[in-house]
Amino acid sequence: MENPSFGMFIAVFEEMFGPVLFWLMVTVAAAVTAVYLYVLIRDRAVSWRKFLLAQLSMPVGALAAVVFVWWVTNSGLGDVGGPVDVIVLLGVPALGAVGMAVFVYTVQSLIRGASQDDG
Amino acid sequence: MSTDKIMASRRAFLGAMATGGAAAALPMAAPAGAQQVATSASIVILGAGAAGAALANRLSARLDGATITIIDPRQRHLYQPGFTLIAAGLKPASYSVSTTAEWLPSGVRWIEQGAAGIDPESQTVITDGGETVDYDYLILATGLELHYEGIEGMSRDVIGQNGIGSFYAGPDEAAATWREMDRFTETGGRALFTRPATEMKCAGAPLKYTFLTDHYLREKGSRSRSEVIYAAHSNSLFGVPIVHEKLRMLYDDRGFDTVYNHVMTAIDPGAKVATFDTPDGPVEIGFDFTNVIPPMRAPAVIRESGLAWEDRWVGQGWAEVDPYSLRHRRYPNVFAAGDVAGVPKGKTAASVKWQVPVVEDQLVAQIAGDTTDRSYNGYTSCPMITRVGRAMLIEFDYNDNLTPSFPGIIAPLEELWVSWLIKDIALKPTYYAMLRGRA
Repeated sequence: MENPSFGMFIAVFEEMFGPVLFWLMVTVAAAVTAVYLYVLIRDRAVSWRKFLLAQLSMPVGALAAVVFVWWVTNSGLGDVGGPVDVIVLLGVPALGAVGMAVFVYTVQSLIRGASQDDG
Repeated sequence: MSTDKIMASRRAFLGAMATGGAAAALPMAAPAGAQQVATSASIVILGAGAAGAALANRLSARLDGATITIIDPRQRHLYQPGFTLIAAGLKPASYSVSTTAEWLPSGVRWIEQGAAGIDPESQTVITDGGETVDYDYLILATGLELHYEGIEGMSRDVIGQNGIGSFYAGPDEAAATWREMDRFTETGGRALFTRPATEMKCAGAPLKYTFLTDHYLREKGSRSRSEVIYAAHSNSLFGVPIVHEKLRMLYDDRGFDTVYNHVMTAIDPGAKVATFDTPDGPVEIGFDFTNVIPPMRAPAVIRESGLAWEDRWVGQGWAEVDPYSLRHRRYPNVFAAGDVAGVPKGKTAASVKWQVPVVEDQLVAQIAGDTTDRSYNGYTSCPMITRVGRAMLIEFDYNDNLTPSFPGIIAPLEELWVSWLIKDIALKPTYYAMLRGRA
């Protein structure tokens, strides 16, 4: 089969969410990532106290991701049927955990600022 | 903010994962990035369904100066792959409904009438409003006709009563089918599933629906009080032998009673009895719930146009096109795409996805005085739902070869959650992107 193009993926996403919501989500994701990089550069160090809280939030993100996927797709744990399903089922919480950690770290950095850093 | 972020990342992931899979079930064509061709040709497309709308978009982007006319009276566009999900209670009837207008490009003239006649000699189409439309090139994309009258006692009016469903008829009928199935699976009884002996769109749908009904019988605890019968029209469950074998094993595993060479010829809604033509003569089977799938054929305008096969699929009237170029075998300025094309496989949305760029390239090359090797290999895809939450992503071609898009990753004959995710969330947006000519 022929390879899908990048433009095709964009087209599918636009149909999936509607162009406005899709590009809004892309913008929000890009903004959070940019702010995360900003606070890292601003503070010139990883704050381990903030990182601890971020780590503690990871299971919440992981669980939320899996439950959300099951809810959206009318499916559940019992539907895992093969190795690729296990890989996806591990990948979903991994992404959820990392996304949540980045988000929590960024929010803390913005609220608390660099001054209350490491204890 | 945090909710938005979580939703965004989750959705983005889901989309990325499932879109990759959708590339499998609705394979991606090369983008229509080729150079525009200048022409004053008049192109008429009969039908604004999946194939017609996609071709209108692609050709209007590809041709500079062409007059493109699309003839179709239907105001609603129906996403037909959603019908099984509606009939399984997973989506509302509105899930499949959009408007024809939103998929047509602005430069195309839309005649909101039906086609009443085609004269391939004088190269004209006559609409049911009496308008005569001349063409240089004609694309047949009318879809097909559900011939309910081909089953004695059956009509659209009986759908949704007496345990009779028929989700092919449309989104409302699919919802009515769900109401009957939902009611039936509460109590249990005998469920009877069939398919016609004609060519049909999505030959996997009757099989899926048998699995789905079984799923709800088990979920509601009424399976032990029930009988699930599948009446195959031939001596196999599916035209691709390796898929038939897999399905046969799954049907045995689920405890379905499969009977072969049974073609439904009549139904008595009041008595809840269906009659089948079999090699041993007529056989009657009673039911508490059934999903009737009518015989299918080309619309009358195609059957009576002189453009249909005469020696193949007799009585069904599919357009006589070369299976690889999709060009008419006797009238080289006529093409067919979608359900109406007289080719051995390919009556699915995924097939349309594959056929449309072939017709586009063949037609554009012809207009430019050139030729192209671009051809359709019979690619067809069927996300075979085996229960709510699992499916097999079956893809195959004219030669009955399996053509998995992700060999070694998504196994075609394995019941997988990933394949279900693709069907559930990614196919519809991929289909709509295809309509716009963007996928």
